[in-house]
Amino acid sequence: MSALVCVFRRDLLLAIRQGGGPSLGLGFFLIAGTLAAIGLGPEPNLLARAAPGMIWVLALLACLLSLDRMFQADFEDGSLDLLPSASTALPALVLAKILAHWLTTGLPLILGTPVLALLFNLPDDALIMELVSLTIGTPALSLIGGIGAALTVGIRRGGLLLSLLILPLYVPILIFGVGAVEASASGMDPFPHLALLGAASLVSLVLAPLASAAALRLHLS
Amino acid sequence: MFQLANPRRFYDLAQRLEPWVWAIAAILLSYGLYLGLIVSPPDYQQGETVRIMFVHVPAAWIAMMAYSGMAVASISSLIWRHVVADLFAKASAPVGAGFTFLALVTGSLWGRPMWGTYWVWDARLTSVLILFFLYLGYMALWSAIEDQTKAARAAAVLCLVGAINLPIIKFSVDWWNTLHQPASVARLGGPSIHPAILTPLLVMGIAYMVLYLAMVLQRTRIEILEHRLALALAADASRADRDTSTLSHRSAHSPEGAL
Amino acid sequence: MTPPDPIKPGSLFDLSLRVHDLACHRSGRAVFQGLGLDLAPSQALLVTGPNGSGKSSLLRMVGGLINPANGTIRMNDPELIVAEQSHLIGHLEGIKLALTLGENVAYWIGLLGHVPPNAAAKRVQTALSAVDLHHLTDRPARFLSAGQKRRLGLARLIAAPRAIWLLDEPTLGLDQASIGRLEAMMAAHRAQGGIVIATSHQPIELPGAFSLRLSPKMSGVTP
Repeated sequence: MSALVCVFRRDLLLAIRQGGGPSLGLGFFLIAGTLAAIGLGPEPNLLARAAPGMIWVLALLACLLSLDRMFQADFEDGSLDLLPSASTALPALVLAKILAHWLTTGLPLILGTPVLALLFNLPDDALIMELVSLTIGTPALSLIGGIGAALTVGIRRGGLLLSLLILPLYVPILIFGVGAVEASASGMDPFPHLALLGAASLVSLVLAPLASAAALRLHLS
Repeated sequence: MFQLANPRRFYDLAQRLEPWVWAIAAILLSYGLYLGLIVSPPDYQQGETVRIMFVHVPAAWIAMMAYSGMAVASISSLIWRHVVADLFAKASAPVGAGFTFLALVTGSLWGRPMWGTYWVWDARLTSVLILFFLYLGYMALWSAIEDQTKAARAAAVLCLVGAINLPIIKFSVDWWNTLHQPASVARLGGPSIHPAILTPLLVMGIAYMVLYLAMVLQRTRIEILEHRLALALAADASRADRDTSTLSHRSAHSPEGAL
Repeated sequence: MTPPDPIKPGSLFDLSLRVHDLACHRSGRAVFQGLGLDLAPSQALLVTGPNGSGKSSLLRMVGGLINPANGTIRMNDPELIVAEQSHLIGHLEGIKLALTLGENVAYWIGLLGHVPPNAAAKRVQTALSAVDLHHLTDRPARFLSAGQKRRLGLARLIAAPRAIWLLDEPTLGLDQASIGRLEAMMAAHRAQGGIVIATSHQPIELPGAFSLRLSPKMSGVTP
């Protein structure tokens, strides 16, 4: 247990101390949101209509941007070599790292969403549903992203490859996440969407650490 | 099955089977196209356009099937470390991507007269498009990793993750589609297939399957050759490294005679 | 083989390492095969050989990072996993530059050791003193020189006590005094019953160590 806490704490500490950490992804999220609004034009109804999907897509991209450092930095300085020799199982350690990633990228995005909702003229009840769906869905982004990060560790220009590998896998998360917001906006029951989103997150929670650990092992060998 | 795990056995078998498989594919394909393009009647609603279905629908089947084949090969690669399974999966990917691309192109050609535009976010087309991206990622990962043993394992992990995701993606896209698509719009190869077009569709499906098999057999054989070549070159390089002293000594005495 | 010098086996570690019929393939090429080793507590092994002969691969294999193409690596206690009883010091130190020396060592203790939390702080000091860096405990590691970083990497050996030390070119980048300190660390480790397997191009004091020379024998391609 202590090894997990140790890995988790270290990754949080590093994210905070190195180059702005959590604020970088959040900064991208807000700037890209501004650009998207400028691109769409200032018509309030159009913006409100586009907002649920746009915020989700931007969150997904912001998450993607920080993924390639999840294991790459540890690979480059050799500290990734230590993980398999800990007496805690590798998938559990990987999960601790993914959780730290979510806390430092996913959570700030959720906290920044009200600002984007303001810019996009999103009504309050839609904003609440957006926050709920992001809270349920963004862990899956970090989890699935972890697989991609592990697969591309040590590869030159791995970040670009990572997006090619991972983005298609994000499709269900995007669909269920946006679906919940749009359902509630049109007066329908958002629960089925949220349930499916939660199921996708849970499936990722079980499978992603295993797949990531397998990918890491083969790159370390 | 396990005999095929030996690259040499697989190579010999593939070489013997290949001409036959190609021939059967050619015959079935001609027959299927004849049935689909000439014999079968035009649709009362879609007219002659319906004939694109005979090329499109089976291509979408094979696109899915090829990915499943890769997933099965990936499992056996991860469990038993079979070189042939790795190379089979590697060889399948461009073939599967090719059929996926064919399904995309024919789908959008069908859409032009039916929907009045080349692209509509139809459930099947959307799933096929995402499947195409999965193929691209798989092939990109193979080519990004130098060490072929590692590349094979990484690609196998990715393929399995994709295979687990594929039904979820398909389900989510269908779900998304029913929410957004008005029911009146014609669906690509919709749920009710008229019996008159079922026979040509099945013949084309089998023809594609045999064609896929022929292409994959040949490509796997080539991959086995390349794999052997790479091993031989690596062995040669380390031998040369060991013999450097002897070689330089010899060339000093007879610059031209060394070869 | 003659027994190593009579360092008295200590009480801390009582594990021996047995490697049987080990084979290593890299990129489908056989690097070595049929390798056997038998190391009792307090024994040491110096691995030599030219580039590409598989020295690092052997250490990474014992350290559990590479799966053997063939053969087994075991300890006398079958319950124990060799990788979890060994420290691998490679070419990279595994240091986080944004963390202080103390935080780096504390992380290793938490990840690799079984040290109760209240003893951890003391152990950080012990580990840093062993490599003569204790006066820099609260300094971020980015301010260290290359040689100091190497030494900080070696502090891991003391931070989390483990029976088997796998040292890949440990003297690289160390000055004479630091090499002497490392030799003393190895002697102390063996005195407690620990095992040391090292590769080195530079001469290193490892009294009574067995020696293993790997040669790049080309045995063709793997099946």
